[in-house]
Amino acid sequence: MSKMRYSRRALLKGGAAAMAASALPAPMIWAQEIKDITLRQFGTGVSNLNDVATKVKEDLGFTLEMTALDSDAVTQRAATQPDSFDIADIEYWICKKVWPTGNLQAMDTAKIKNYDKIVGIFKSGKLTPESVIAQGTAPHSVGFVEGPGSTTFSASETGWMTLIPTIYNADTLGIRPDLIGRPISSWTELLNPEFKGKASILDISSIGIMDMAMVCEAMGEVQYADKGNMTKEEIDKTIGIFTEAKKNGQFRAFWKTFDESVNLMASGEVVIQSMWSPAITAVKSRGIPCVYQPLKEGYRSWGGGIGLSAGLSGMALDAAYEYINWYLSGWVGGYLMRQGYYSAVPETSKEFMSADEWGYWFEGKAATGDITSPTGDKLAGAGDLRDGGSFYDRMGHVACWNAVMDENQYMVRKWNEFIAA
Amino acid sequence: MNGVSRATVTGWLLASPLVVVLAGFLVLPIITIVVVSFWQTTEFAIVPAFSFENYEFLFGSAVTWKVFAATFRYAVITWALTLSIGFTVAYYLAFHIRSQNVQIALFLLCTIPFWTSNIIRMISWIPFLGRNGLANQTLLDWGMIDEPVEWLLYSDFSVILAFVHLYTLFMVVPIFNTMMRIDRKLLEAARDGGASGFQTLVHVILPLTKPGIMIGTIFVLTLVMGDFITVRFMSGSQSANVGRLISNDIGLLQYPSASATAVVLLCTVLIMIAILLRFVNIRKEL
Repeated sequence: MSKMRYSRRALLKGGAAAMAASALPAPMIWAQEIKDITLRQFGTGVSNLNDVATKVKEDLGFTLEMTALDSDAVTQRAATQPDSFDIADIEYWICKKVWPTGNLQAMDTAKIKNYDKIVGIFKSGKLTPESVIAQGTAPHSVGFVEGPGSTTFSASETGWMTLIPTIYNADTLGIRPDLIGRPISSWTELLNPEFKGKASILDISSIGIMDMAMVCEAMGEVQYADKGNMTKEEIDKTIGIFTEAKKNGQFRAFWKTFDESVNLMASGEVVIQSMWSPAITAVKSRGIPCVYQPLKEGYRSWGGGIGLSAGLSGMALDAAYEYINWYLSGWVGGYLMRQGYYSAVPETSKEFMSADEWGYWFEGKAATGDITSPTGDKLAGAGDLRDGGSFYDRMGHVACWNAVMDENQYMVRKWNEFIAA
Repeated sequence: MNGVSRATVTGWLLASPLVVVLAGFLVLPIITIVVVSFWQTTEFAIVPAFSFENYEFLFGSAVTWKVFAATFRYAVITWALTLSIGFTVAYYLAFHIRSQNVQIALFLLCTIPFWTSNIIRMISWIPFLGRNGLANQTLLDWGMIDEPVEWLLYSDFSVILAFVHLYTLFMVVPIFNTMMRIDRKLLEAARDGGASGFQTLVHVILPLTKPGIMIGTIFVLTLVMGDFITVRFMSGSQSANVGRLISNDIGLLQYPSASATAVVLLCTVLIMIAILLRFVNIRKEL
């Protein structure tokens, strides 16, 4: 391990020198031609923000075209239409699926200025040296390849990254405390008959199965060796339990898009469900109480990053690296952290947040004044605490990462049966 | 000789734009779908092959049969409801409204909902039918129920309600059209012959309206059989029909399996239409 690190540092130094040498004579041409460059980025709605594109134009001069799609469509596009994008903003489990197609190219970490500051989760897999790596597709396990052109993942840092981590978060169940009226502390509550006809789960098989597994494990019904890579029997048992619950009318609906989850919760159709952090924010900003409930079994976590299309080269490739360096330099991180996500390089984001915002979002401290979203909606007032606490409390309690299983096709078929049941 | 070949050439030339369009945008895609349905798939790539695996899985799975059955159920119930509503509306417009201007005005009124998108018309039912929606609030206020009725939304009821709402006009239009062509003298003759209003309806109007009913039936059946979004939204993703199976497969990059399902669905619908066409000669209408 230490040897590894040494060689990486050596590489970094060499790389930095090379970059300085090649970049210094260039600015003249760069400045003239950069305006003509357009990078096409696509990804899920979470980070494909027009504000980012505007800021890129302002800070870097080139044009960034954003397309937002749902996870399925993102996977599809990355796997089948490599010419339709320059930058793919995808999740790590999608990367595991898409990387072998050869549509993305590995990135030289020597060209990434803030590489050293990237959170450990994405490099060694450990948040702190004592951390235990959670189950599922942990980002570091698909974060590196042996070298340019390689299609096999490397177990440790190599200097060639598949995705540059951008944002990540720990997911849990969302609840309506006003309609439930008692504390909720376990994933088992999703199937509690008390909430019959008032529960929901997301209909995206790869993520939904994880939430199911969290519930089944918490109930003590199924013990998993790895929730992120279940055996057929484990899949059968898990889906069996949920099919039973579905037939008994436990679920009000299933949701597939962000907006659906917000509407289900805000309208009171559902009081407990799988949910994403900004959806909670959206419900709250309508003045409806909604809590992202930390649960004793831990969080189901996910992480996203940007990958470069295999077709990128020359000037456009340089621009893409420029964009990545800018992405990690703090402005975007600050923006996303004020939405409740985490940045891959928290320390650079700190400079773009007020002390109160940093304390509330990252350190889990009580807010001293109003906390607003990047768009200006009030999310919390003085004295409020973030659900789940500080960064280390939340990311330190990850039970499982979003994953793609070896038995994925079998799982998908079972999932279809569950929906049709 | 020269004249004949010239006419033939002109005929071909006149037909060719349509032939090209249909070949390029209808025949070719369908052939592609059929071809791909025999291919195999891995996690992230589809592999050209000639394999019956997709079909074997499709016909071997209990879910397929269940989902096809559910799709037929939706289609038949929707058909029965749209037909009775559509026929009544068309009958009223065609035979009870005397003034042609009023007729046109009322007919246009029927089409007003079609000025907004399908999805919006469907989604607007959700806040109306929900647990805390208008329907439940009103019933509660009137004291007709003690607690909100749950089956109004995210149930087969809401799916069929949306289908009927969306597709009744497809029944009204062709039926109204055929009714307007019925020679009024026939109705007078029936009356003179001593037939009651009901007898005239059953023995004169209904048989003469068959082609319109058939065209409406084809519209409604194909629309409902091919739908996926209405079922997804109105059942809260809790029910499945064939369209959703296909869309799930596409979402998960299982193109060959999606194609196989699509081919089976296409054949099923074509067979249904072939059977329907044996009953009525709709060409007479066109």
